Amino acid sequence: MSGAILELKNIESSYGPVQALRGVSLAVAEGKIATVLGGNGAGKSTILKTISGIIDPNKGQITYAGKEIAGWEADRIVRAGISHVPEGREVFPLLSVEDNLRMGAYTRSDRDGVARDMEAVYGYFPILKERAKQDAGLLSGGQQQMLAIARALLSAPRLMLLDEPSLGLSPLLTKEIFEIIVRINRERGTTILLVEQNAQMALKTADFGYVLEVGRIVMEDTCANLMQKEDIKEFYLGMKEQSARGHRRWKKKKTWR
Amino acid sequence: MAQFLQLALSGIAIGCVYALVALGFVLIYKATETVNFAQGDVMMLGGFFAYTATALMGWPYWAGIVFALAVMAIFGMAAERIVLRPVLGQAQFTVVMVTIGVGYVMRGVVTMTPGWGTDTYKIATPFAEKVVNIGGAAISLEQLMIIVMTAALCAVLFAFFRFTRIGIAMQATSQNQLAAYYMGIPVARVNTLIWGISAAVATFAGILLAPITFVHANMGFIGLKAFPAAVVGGFGSIPGAIVGGLIIGLVESFSGFYLPEGFKDIAAYIVVLLVLMFKPSGLFGEKLRKKV
Ligand SMILES: Nc1ncnc2c1ncn2[C@@H]1O[C@H](COP(=O)(O)OP(=O)(O)OP(=O)(O)O)[C@@H](O)[C@H]1O
Ligand SMILES: [Mg+2]
Repeated sequence: MSGAILELKNIESSYGPVQALRGVSLAVAEGKIATVLGGNGAGKSTILKTISGIIDPNKGQITYAGKEIAGWEADRIVRAGISHVPEGREVFPLLSVEDNLRMGAYTRSDRDGVARDMEAVYGYFPILKERAKQDAGLLSGGQQQMLAIARALLSAPRLMLLDEPSLGLSPLLTKEIFEIIVRINRERGTTILLVEQNAQMALKTADFGYVLEVGRIVMEDTCANLMQKEDIKEFYLGMKEQSARGHRRWKKKKTWR
Repeated sequence: MAQFLQLALSGIAIGCVYALVALGFVLIYKATETVNFAQGDVMMLGGFFAYTATALMGWPYWAGIVFALAVMAIFGMAAERIVLRPVLGQAQFTVVMVTIGVGYVMRGVVTMTPGWGTDTYKIATPFAEKVVNIGGAAISLEQLMIIVMTAALCAVLFAFFRFTRIGIAMQATSQNQLAAYYMGIPVARVNTLIWGISAAVATFAGILLAPITFVHANMGFIGLKAFPAAVVGGFGSIPGAIVGGLIIGLVESFSGFYLPEGFKDIAAYIVVLLVLMFKPSGLFGEKLRKKV
């Protein structure tokens, strides 16, 4: 894909004997928001961890801004401009909110730029400014999610990887967080790769989407088109209306297998 | 009263040494979840380097301290890089055995080194034989300086961990190593640095201890007192290590005077047993402990 800032080709990753990715190829266009949808254990988080160098792929290529980055150390990848908001926030619980943010800027040495970005993230998340001196472990789940996003922004990323930002948040707060994600994308020009189980939100927010099933991409299209597909409607967007009927729907045969 | 003050001060002084060795244990434990049983021997080797610089090379006291701290910081980092990193991730037992082995080797090497050997050495301090009068009690300046220098080191360490970027990164890494990777903090390098700091802190303890027990190949066994200090404080807490060290020093000092002979040597362990009975996670232990 031309204009792609990030491109994965046939990526295979595993945890010991467990193969989690079985040849994933995808591309993220610069300045856009891309999303990867998939159920539990599909391998969504593994894709992000492979990109940010937390785990190395066994096979395949990862091209970022024209460079082959597979196998780079995690800190080199952060320096190159990729930052990762991990699943479950992963804040530093005994450091103050401010020090958490400072750690987000660990790889930077431009003090002025860091100070400017610090003000910018306080603009996106005013609650963090109020709680600047408080230990991050004392924040609510939603506030910790805000902190995790803010902290990732402080590395001044060109590409931000977001792993299930809606996890455990109320619908209202989820909406708020997604609005800010869009603002970050529009105002700062940050490219975003978003992984979500909340397909509704993700498809509304992103430009292009991939559907991941047991380590393979089984569908890819613009989000506008994906939203029209029967399979997506049934298995991913049906969630809300059918929630009263429980989880049976997950067990139905999916046509794309 | 003067007697009491004297006992209290000598208890605090020796407690400072326990506290610093315990601090070394805790720093490494927090960073790598490893208990470094060679900590006492690191202190011993640091003492020998300080002795070498001051007595054999004729350097002034303070220069000798700086020299020993620098050499031992490098030693600590090298030990982590060469001996420990390869076994990291193995069973706890393996890692602990490696540190015990390193301690034995260090003791052996020191006794075989010409000029060191099995003898007992003195490090001349600028405060030897001087006495200050506090509240009618004659307090040796040497003891007082142990306390002052420990307080100074603690202040420096506090400022380092609280205000410098690398210091905060060390805290961050020990709180959530995975998140540290995500931030681009070079975790392996941070851990190496922690071993260096820990070795330097132990060395400082050895230098402070030198006027009391002199420098000899077995001085590292003081680790057996510092370890309970760390446990009393709640293994993993830095303030806990310091308070634990002071408590054990004080109890030892008073029991040595008021209780029958022999109590002094087991005092540390009696304190541990008592504290753990009433507060199993130690005085400053984290409330969130793994539930068994
Ligand atoms: N640390 C690990 N060790 C071993 N296997 C793992 C590990 N992490 C993930 N896996 C396995 O890899 C596969 C993909 O996991 P991954 O975390 O990428 O899924 P996911 O799509 O992010 O799921 P979820 O939506 O539940 O977060 C799963 O089968 C999982 O069991
Ligand atoms: Mg996941």
